[in-house]
Amino acid sequence: MAKKVLVFAEARDNELRNVSFEAIGAGKEIAAGGEVIAAIAGENVSSLTDQLFHYGADRVIKVEDEKLKNYTSDGYGQAFLQIVESIDPDAILLPHTSMGKDLAPRLASKLDAGLISDATGIELDGETVVFTRPIYSGKAFEKKKVKEGIVIATIRPNNIAALEIDESRSGEVFEESVEIKDLRTIVKEVVRKSTSGVDLSEAKVIVAGGRGVKSEEGFEPLQELADLLGAAVGASRGACDADYCDYSLQIGQTGKVVTPDLYIACGISGAIQHLAGMSNSKVIVAINKDPEASIFNVADYGIVGDLFEVVPLLTQEFKKVLQTS
Amino acid sequence: MNIYVIMKRTFDTEEKIVIENGKISEEGVEFIINPYDEYAIEEAIQLRDDHGGEVTVVSIGDEEVEKELRTALAMGADKAVLINNEDLDDSDQYTTTALLAAYFEDKEYDIILGGNVSNDNSTGQIGPRLAEKLGIAYVTTITKLDIDGTTATMERDVEGDMEVVEAQLPLLVTAQQGLNEPRYPSLPGIMKAKKKPLEEIDYDDLDVDEDEIEAKTETVEVYLPPKKEAGKVLEGEIGDQVEELVKLLRQEAKVI
Ligand SMILES: Cc1cc2nc3c(=O)[nH]c(=O)nc-3n(C[C@H](O)[C@H](O)[C@H](O)COP(=O)(O)OP(=O)(O)OC[C@H]3O[C@@H](n4cnc5c(N)ncnc54)[C@H](O)[C@@H]3O)c2cc1C
Ligand SMILES: Cc1cc2nc3c(=O)[nH]c(=O)nc-3n(C[C@H](O)[C@H](O)[C@H](O)COP(=O)(O)OP(=O)(O)OC[C@H]3O[C@@H](n4cnc5c(N)ncnc54)[C@H](O)[C@@H]3O)c2cc1C
Repeated sequence: MAKKVLVFAEARDNELRNVSFEAIGAGKEIAAGGEVIAAIAGENVSSLTDQLFHYGADRVIKVEDEKLKNYTSDGYGQAFLQIVESIDPDAILLPHTSMGKDLAPRLASKLDAGLISDATGIELDGETVVFTRPIYSGKAFEKKKVKEGIVIATIRPNNIAALEIDESRSGEVFEESVEIKDLRTIVKEVVRKSTSGVDLSEAKVIVAGGRGVKSEEGFEPLQELADLLGAAVGASRGACDADYCDYSLQIGQTGKVVTPDLYIACGISGAIQHLAGMSNSKVIVAINKDPEASIFNVADYGIVGDLFEVVPLLTQEFKKVLQTS
Repeated sequence: MNIYVIMKRTFDTEEKIVIENGKISEEGVEFIINPYDEYAIEEAIQLRDDHGGEVTVVSIGDEEVEKELRTALAMGADKAVLINNEDLDDSDQYTTTALLAAYFEDKEYDIILGGNVSNDNSTGQIGPRLAEKLGIAYVTTITKLDIDGTTATMERDVEGDMEVVEAQLPLLVTAQQGLNEPRYPSLPGIMKAKKKPLEEIDYDDLDVDEDEIEAKTETVEVYLPPKKEAGKVLEGEIGDQVEELVKLLRQEAKVI
């Protein structure tokens, strides 16, 4: 049966995040011929609505308010809840990002509904939507469904395919006017710490450094490689604990869980807690001077060597081939 | 200040996962306080030391959780509460929230601290779900917390960027790594913990209706990821290895 699916899209720096398109893709699957409605909130989001159609939304709802400039659970909660009430969808999808993680449980709690967090796959079993999600930080997986009523899920970036972009698609944009009031949390300041524009959780390529990079400066060759490849820089806890980089870069069981197409681990030993955060990457490259390091057990390709020699060479080589291609 | 921590007992991060009869086996598994909840406990203790009051650590689980609750007491918490759900055969984040909400219903609290996500189910739902049920504000993934009167100023981690957020008590916050350095229980701490109050409540002693706490979701299957084949460790001159690697990434793996 065709379903009505509401997708909450997310923008960052006034650009829609890729995971928003992936969530629309997931929505299409669940809708099974029904309608996918994409909703977007912010201070000024009008320039973003076209793209939501290009990626498959059948209808777009926008909420614009200066109080929505920064995400707050109260502000966005009010906006999204009102949309949910007016649409009365069969399913709601949000990105499993800082915003989605913060907001989805609140919506679910308000609606007394089940929520499947961090879905990496979707399949239909007759009328039922079955989600795949990692548990124990990716050491295992579970298939999970909502027993009855509205289905709410958050979609992990980089795992579910977006539709092919089709710029000929368009549709009608509806404006929902919401009275945003009683914000109990106030964002005083946003401090940008991410060095490159590439977000770790959505990056297609990650260059990660461990204690083997030896210092803050040791990350420079990694950053150069990352810049060339349009990659994000990540780190092991070893590197974070040693103060070579900020904890926000940490990948692993108590850091970010990432699934890029390519993960290049430099000077990382491969402790189980680190592997938990990256072992589901599509292709893993390990660069480590210790041939016994456990990172080689999960690596598709390994180079035993000094990262300070290997990484700059790698940058050079990529420069060469990327220029000629 | 009335300070509460919600804490979950989870597998040690070192544990490998074994599936038996379609379930994750707990046999021989070492358990710990969920790592993020350790930050929450540490922060709670520091808040109490600065502002006075009491820290109560609440956990839902079976009898075994007593061990982790004692650890929390040994770290410096004042009281512990175990809500025993052993007889509950069906539970998810909705259920857990309902039980916690029922527990907090008649409590006075200024702040509730939790982890931002558990180590096992890893949904991060409980904090925001509970705050919504209690009708209080919440701030997730905090890395710094200062309280002045009834105003809390926090730094939170937003995918690498940092937000400074202000809110009024009562408030629920969830801890992100970097919030503090959790202390190890000291020997005198461990001795004292033995005498600190640990209250056990059966879940059905709470004001909840069995039907109203029934899980909303259901796990259909649990499985392990496919084992990775051992990869290729390249050989030869470093320069040649690098050249080969780039070729492999482009032609074989096709990721660049
Ligand atoms: C509760 C808990 C949670 C944890 N969570 C996480 C987590 O989320 N993420 C995480 O990463 N860790 C986590 N850890 C820590 C984890 O156990 C390891 O301690 C950590 O991952 C080690 O980091 P590392 O590999 O950078 O350092 P090390 O283990 O010290 O390894 C450094 C590696 O660099 C290599 N090396 C040194 N110099 C060079 C060079 N010049 N060229 C090439 N290679 C070189 C060495 O051979 C070695 O293999 C956690 C631990 C606990 C107890
Ligand atoms: C009999 C039984 C059957 C179960 N079946 C399922 C099932 O089918 N599906 C399923 O998902 N789960 C099931 N559970 C597990 C349990 O319901 C969840 O693990 C629990 O709801 C916590 O969710 P989470 O791990 O996602 O926590 P998160 O939301 O990731 O945890 C965030 C924070 O909330 C707090 N918190 C979490 N759990 C507790 C707790 N128990 N006590 C106090 N504070 C806590 C901690 O501060 C934690 O850091 C079952 C449990 C039992 C006893």
